[in-house]
Amino acid sequence: MSEMARISRIVQETPTIKTFYFEKELQGMPGQFVMLWLPRIDEKPFSISFFGKESALSVQKKGKFTEKMFELKEGDKIGVRGPFGKGFALEKVKNAIIVGGGCGIAAIASLPKVLKEKGIKARIILGAKNKEELFFENLESLGNLTVCTDDGSKGLKGFVTQALQEELEKEKPDCVFACGPEVMLAKVFEICEKQKVECQLSLERFMKCGIGICGQCVIDDQLVCKDGPVFNSEKIRKLSEFGKFARLKSGEKAELKDYYAWRQV
Amino acid sequence: MGSIIKAKLASVELENPTVLASGFLGVNAGILKRVAESGAGAVTTKSIGPEKRDGHNNPIVCELEHGLINAVGLPTPGFKNMEEEWQELKDCKVPVIASIFGASVQEFVQVAEFVAQKKPAMIELNISCPNTQQHGVIFGTSKEASFEVTRAVKNVCGKIPVMAKLTPQALNIAEIGKACEEAGADALCAINTLGPGMVIDIEARKPVLHYKTGGLSGPAIKPIAVRCVYQLYEAVKIPILGLGGITNGRDAVEMIQAGASAVGIGTAIYYNGFEAFKIVNSELKEWMQANGFSKIEQLRGIAHE
Repeated sequence: MSEMARISRIVQETPTIKTFYFEKELQGMPGQFVMLWLPRIDEKPFSISFFGKESALSVQKKGKFTEKMFELKEGDKIGVRGPFGKGFALEKVKNAIIVGGGCGIAAIASLPKVLKEKGIKARIILGAKNKEELFFENLESLGNLTVCTDDGSKGLKGFVTQALQEELEKEKPDCVFACGPEVMLAKVFEICEKQKVECQLSLERFMKCGIGICGQCVIDDQLVCKDGPVFNSEKIRKLSEFGKFARLKSGEKAELKDYYAWRQV
Repeated sequence: MGSIIKAKLASVELENPTVLASGFLGVNAGILKRVAESGAGAVTTKSIGPEKRDGHNNPIVCELEHGLINAVGLPTPGFKNMEEEWQELKDCKVPVIASIFGASVQEFVQVAEFVAQKKPAMIELNISCPNTQQHGVIFGTSKEASFEVTRAVKNVCGKIPVMAKLTPQALNIAEIGKACEEAGADALCAINTLGPGMVIDIEARKPVLHYKTGGLSGPAIKPIAVRCVYQLYEAVKIPILGLGGITNGRDAVEMIQAGASAVGIGTAIYYNGFEAFKIVNSELKEWMQANGFSKIEQLRGIAHE
């Protein structure tokens, strides 16, 4: 059941992304999520950006729910249910590359610190449309950082996938951890498969229950809320819908582009 | 020979008596097949309706101490938009029950006629969902409406057996069950969620479920489910799929003793994930062996003797 948590502070990361800090302790693994509830409006899943006594979620304004969230002030309360799902698995990883694209950066934000604490070597690649949309660049202290922007306004001009390709050529890691738009993740997966490098990808689907019972967030036979949201290469190889299809609120299967067009509303 | 927990629901043979309850997981063929692989004796699709329908906004579910309360609101792509799922379900290793709903007898018939052509093992009539105004309980609380829907659907389903899913909200569930039997139902399913109930978050000062009210499921409602199945068993001759709070083998034994031929599994998935079916089956088998039962039929309804 949801617990109403007080917002302790709000940081405007980019023109469209805010990080909400909560007076609620969340413990878990990077990649896990919570369901955020705005009473009488809706409840939606969000990746946890930071764990600990004061936990945080980074939210991109893109629909009715997030517009309402952007109206919230410090001191306001919001329902939090979770953490849920499976996060990134670090066993046997000694050398990693972390890739975050767009608002997907939120899901991998706490990963560099966890890796550092465990003595895992990390290279970080962050990507955004432009300089203004880039956030959490302060991760530099936690690993070798490469920044990419689509328009070249900061760092490399181009996609994170190009930067990943170059990093893989320099030195192959044990695992690539990534979160971002599914088109980007599909490309990350393709590159990793070609280079024979394991990866773990944090996926997204429209979610209802968040606890593995309603089936809304299925990809093939996997539940994003319970089996994921992080899936490893072995599982992703078996997902025929990955990078291609997702389900609408009715449960109807739709092409990814139609799904994203609907999610923007 | 074979397993001592083989079961039969009307003409449908089951390797074991556990059946995935409608509303849980059954969005696509992939997940239904995974439930089948996980040990279910049969699986039920999410209720299929006449038109595309989104269901309610979130929250659609709330976790309680002894179960769940939900108001998902019957989301469905609509019966015409599921061709791929039917194709993929053809090689499902256990019987597939297609659950259907409608807002009128005509809509039920329209969906049933189409779905019957897909040759599911059975068609379940959802005349018991408490979470919309125009579907479900509005039929299942009336003897006449239950009779009418069941008879009309039977007329268009050919040899496919039809099972009516009943609501504990009915004033006299035995009468409703009898009406469905008289209308030609091949089996009954009892019970759908109990309610409607409401949970208010006192900090938010608002109902938690977006639909405000919802149906209760899980261990908290088991005594009511057992009572309903017990009363139905005395009133009808057709087999009963008993469900409501079945989480372990002893729950299944109790439901079968009340008169169930098979048992539905729903909220137990919240507690035990996909293992829920194996847990019930292995504990049921153990109990039967320890108590000298070699067939489900020997156990069925013995609480009435």
